Amino acid sequence: MRYLPHNNAERQAMLNAIGAADIDALFADVPADALNAGFDLPDHQGEMEVERALGRLAAKNRAASQGPFFIGAGAYKHHIPATVDHVIQRSEFLTAYTPYQPEIAQGTLQYLFEFQTQVAALTGMEVANASMYDGSTGCGEAALMARRITKRNKVLLSGGLHPHYGAVTRTNLELVNAKVVQSPMNVDASEDLAAQIDDDTACVIVQTPDVFGNVRDLTPIAEAAHAKGALLVAVVTEVVSLGALKSPGEMGADIVVGEGQSLGNGLNFGGPYVGLFATRQKYIRQMPGRLCGETTDADGKRGFVLTLSTREQHIRRDKATSNICTNSGLCTLAFTIHMTLLGEAGLRKLAMLNHESACRTADALAKIDGVELLNKSYFNEFTLRLSKDASEVVEKLAGDGVLAGVPGARLLPHRKDARNLLIVAATECVSDEDIETFTSKLAEALS
Amino acid sequence: MSMNNQGRPTTPTSGAGEAMETNVKTFTGNKALMIEEALSFEVGDLSGSGVDLPELSGQYDRLGGVNRNETIGLPGLSEPEAMRHFVRLSQKNYAIDMGPFPLGSCTMKHNPRLNEKVARLPGFADLHPLAPESAAQGALELIDTLAFWLKELTGMPAVAMSPKAGAHGELCGMMAIKAALEARGEADRRVRVLAPESAHGTNPATAVQCGFKVEAIPGDGTGRVDLEALKEKLGDDVAGIMVTNPNTCGLFERDIRAIADAVHDAGGYFYCDGANFNAIAGKVKPGDLGVDAMHINLHKTFSTPHGGGGPGAGPTVLSEALAPFAPLPYVSCEDGKYSLVETLHHAEAEDGGDTLGRLTAFHGQMGMFVRALSYMMSHGRDGLKQASEDAVLNANYVLARLKSEMTPSFEGPCMHEALFDDRFLKDTGVETIDFAKAMIDEGYHPMTMYFPLVVHGAMLIEPTESESKRELDLFCDALLSLAKRAKAGETESFKAAPVYAPRRRLDETAAARHPVLRWTPPQTAQAAE
Ligand SMILES: Cc1ncc(COP(=O)(O)O)c(C=O)c1O
Repeated sequence: MRYLPHNNAERQAMLNAIGAADIDALFADVPADALNAGFDLPDHQGEMEVERALGRLAAKNRAASQGPFFIGAGAYKHHIPATVDHVIQRSEFLTAYTPYQPEIAQGTLQYLFEFQTQVAALTGMEVANASMYDGSTGCGEAALMARRITKRNKVLLSGGLHPHYGAVTRTNLELVNAKVVQSPMNVDASEDLAAQIDDDTACVIVQTPDVFGNVRDLTPIAEAAHAKGALLVAVVTEVVSLGALKSPGEMGADIVVGEGQSLGNGLNFGGPYVGLFATRQKYIRQMPGRLCGETTDADGKRGFVLTLSTREQHIRRDKATSNICTNSGLCTLAFTIHMTLLGEAGLRKLAMLNHESACRTADALAKIDGVELLNKSYFNEFTLRLSKDASEVVEKLAGDGVLAGVPGARLLPHRKDARNLLIVAATECVSDEDIETFTSKLAEALS
Repeated sequence: MSMNNQGRPTTPTSGAGEAMETNVKTFTGNKALMIEEALSFEVGDLSGSGVDLPELSGQYDRLGGVNRNETIGLPGLSEPEAMRHFVRLSQKNYAIDMGPFPLGSCTMKHNPRLNEKVARLPGFADLHPLAPESAAQGALELIDTLAFWLKELTGMPAVAMSPKAGAHGELCGMMAIKAALEARGEADRRVRVLAPESAHGTNPATAVQCGFKVEAIPGDGTGRVDLEALKEKLGDDVAGIMVTNPNTCGLFERDIRAIADAVHDAGGYFYCDGANFNAIAGKVKPGDLGVDAMHINLHKTFSTPHGGGGPGAGPTVLSEALAPFAPLPYVSCEDGKYSLVETLHHAEAEDGGDTLGRLTAFHGQMGMFVRALSYMMSHGRDGLKQASEDAVLNANYVLARLKSEMTPSFEGPCMHEALFDDRFLKDTGVETIDFAKAMIDEGYHPMTMYFPLVVHGAMLIEPTESESKRELDLFCDALLSLAKRAKAGETESFKAAPVYAPRRRLDETAAARHPVLRWTPPQTAQAAE
């Protein structure tokens, strides 16, 4: 067994040193009839066999890079520099634990400090934590945090919030009997959120660009929320958009949560991803999750530690701000490396490349008979109304090798009027040829 | 006589070396391989970049007038600078690949690189979570296959795959319990959750996040749950218990079945924290012990890397009683065709059935699933059993070897981790933290310290099955020598430790008192003063 160092002679020598007759003597506390249970599982296999078997499974999937690809809705295909994957596989990063012993974990701690700084700058906030599991769980945590801060019970979800984020938030809030109000999910971003904020509203949660791709100006809703003593939670599912769009902080958000997958992290069929969580300095003691802070060592040298842990489960137990323990460590490293390679100039350019890709794709598709572009504004994603059922169109195009986007019914299964909607994303990875193929195949499918 | 004796000396001159060793102050502050590294923000500038991107056309702006005009404040580094920056940082970390990492309750075992390789196959790593089902059949099959292994290994009928880490799995399990109580119409009444004092912090935090109140179950003096005391606390207002087994003292709960029966008789459910599954995987099925829900940390038992704090994965197995309340989405298979049940709408029941809802945007930690399955297939039924046995053997060996100088908290045998307290340091002036920091100078990552809370100055050692006998012997010899030195009154050297690490002891109190959580440019830092 290649992962186990002992041979049987060593095992026996160790049993002798312990004074145990056999290995099962060490399991004496286990009920006898439960010990050495039978398992309907295969025995061990070599590297070659395992690699072959899993390779067969991988080959049954269609990778994003295999052809024209336009799926987004909360996870985005971007080019990741080769440096990223090399560095995150270094043993010292990959096989370290949470930095509980800071003297021998400065590598992890320093990149977490850099990550927090990058996320705070991107979101336009004062502080960010060291990550949540993903954007959606961060969204649920933000709602809980807003309840703690305001001591109010109602949470208002914008109609443009990714339905899965809404569902996760609802799951978390119903447990503590909070009231969740869903604003109508209109594709054109028309909703009167201000009118739905009252004196019991803890926060309103608004996504920009919203799930249909519309760019939202959060300034008016921030003012309306603050006028009623409520907080604005801004959600960003495409972090690259922050290279082109005004930051939520600048628009008055109190908490910003985001999905950081786009930087440094692959699609991975939905995980692991990296949840971004940022807020104002005054709220740090109500934040969930780990925080890395600067300090000095006994020689007066700068160093970093995990800090404010009196918020956390391992110290505060039943009074913790959240139960989160393990977070997205290595994904934050991937994010930090990618962001460091881009720099401000690179991020801005990447963002506009995405925007241009989307504009070109939209222009080409909108010319097709039976296609209507529903967005006035967008970043790298927009929504079309097709003359046919979008799920069927997507299946047909998948057969043609084009992954065309997310059909409305996948996200809004209860809505009949969403059946013909198609949410299309175009990143820097989309080529002119991809757009042409998509356009001709879609025209064919709709004719 | 060789040329070298006249030219470049090949043997160090004796004498001065030893005295100088720790006093040399270098100009750079570097110490040979230990190189000081500034923050990327102090090195790069706003125009720097390590990527080459195509030119923009400049023709489009449909951003709705919400353009970002202000400076963001993100310096960039060229590729060689970035590479050096992060490689230098990496060299300030301890890692399993360097030596023993005996953090109790964390299962720092070897992370096979085959797992990394297969997880990076484009069919998995470059697959979108919302790709049409027809384009993701292999991924769904993999999830279903891993689910089969997990159900078989635990002897449980169902598993929720989407939880993102152990604590998220706890949330899943406790939510399922709450949903089941709601279905019984007893959720308003059953508000108490019982958990031992030795429980991990996530247990009480999770219970409260689910709207329960937590009460401690006293221990029995042998490091286990006091069955009689538990029975006294049970009643018709109890939702369930959260018990870790093997527990956080490294012991198997002997009365596990009686505990389960008592809770079930009182109408409650048994949540088992499965963080310590590595002691019994392939050997014992938790389903045979009366468990209703248990999370499995794939990043502990099934070797997916901890990555400096994550990502993890916490699939949660559920009993027949809780299975109907499992979260969405889940994978189903009919006639060899896999599908993903994502919404209430697709579920059989008209009203969407009893599901507790959605825990995360997508389907869980697929990248970790691939790694875990790769590990399980590599070990197989026989290897998993052997791994658990070796993990338990190693912990008991450490316990046996250290008990002459250190103080085990409870009678053995232990499971996969050995718990010591600080009685052996009594009157030495050396505390658990000092002992741990001295281990750093010896080249070891310290054990888990001050957890569990039920013994004084806890030191919880989990060697895992990955350590060879030779490595364990050296480790034990080092700890024995440290214990002897502490008893011999070398207190000061313990208080000063570590001296050979990239940093000496860090001031955590100051960090918490004046939190500096991000870098700020020097000008603004001054202006703020
Ligand atoms: C006993 C126990 N329970 C639960 C957890 C939480 O698991 P995770 O960190 O994966 O959320 C841990 C992890 O440290 C643990 O040791």
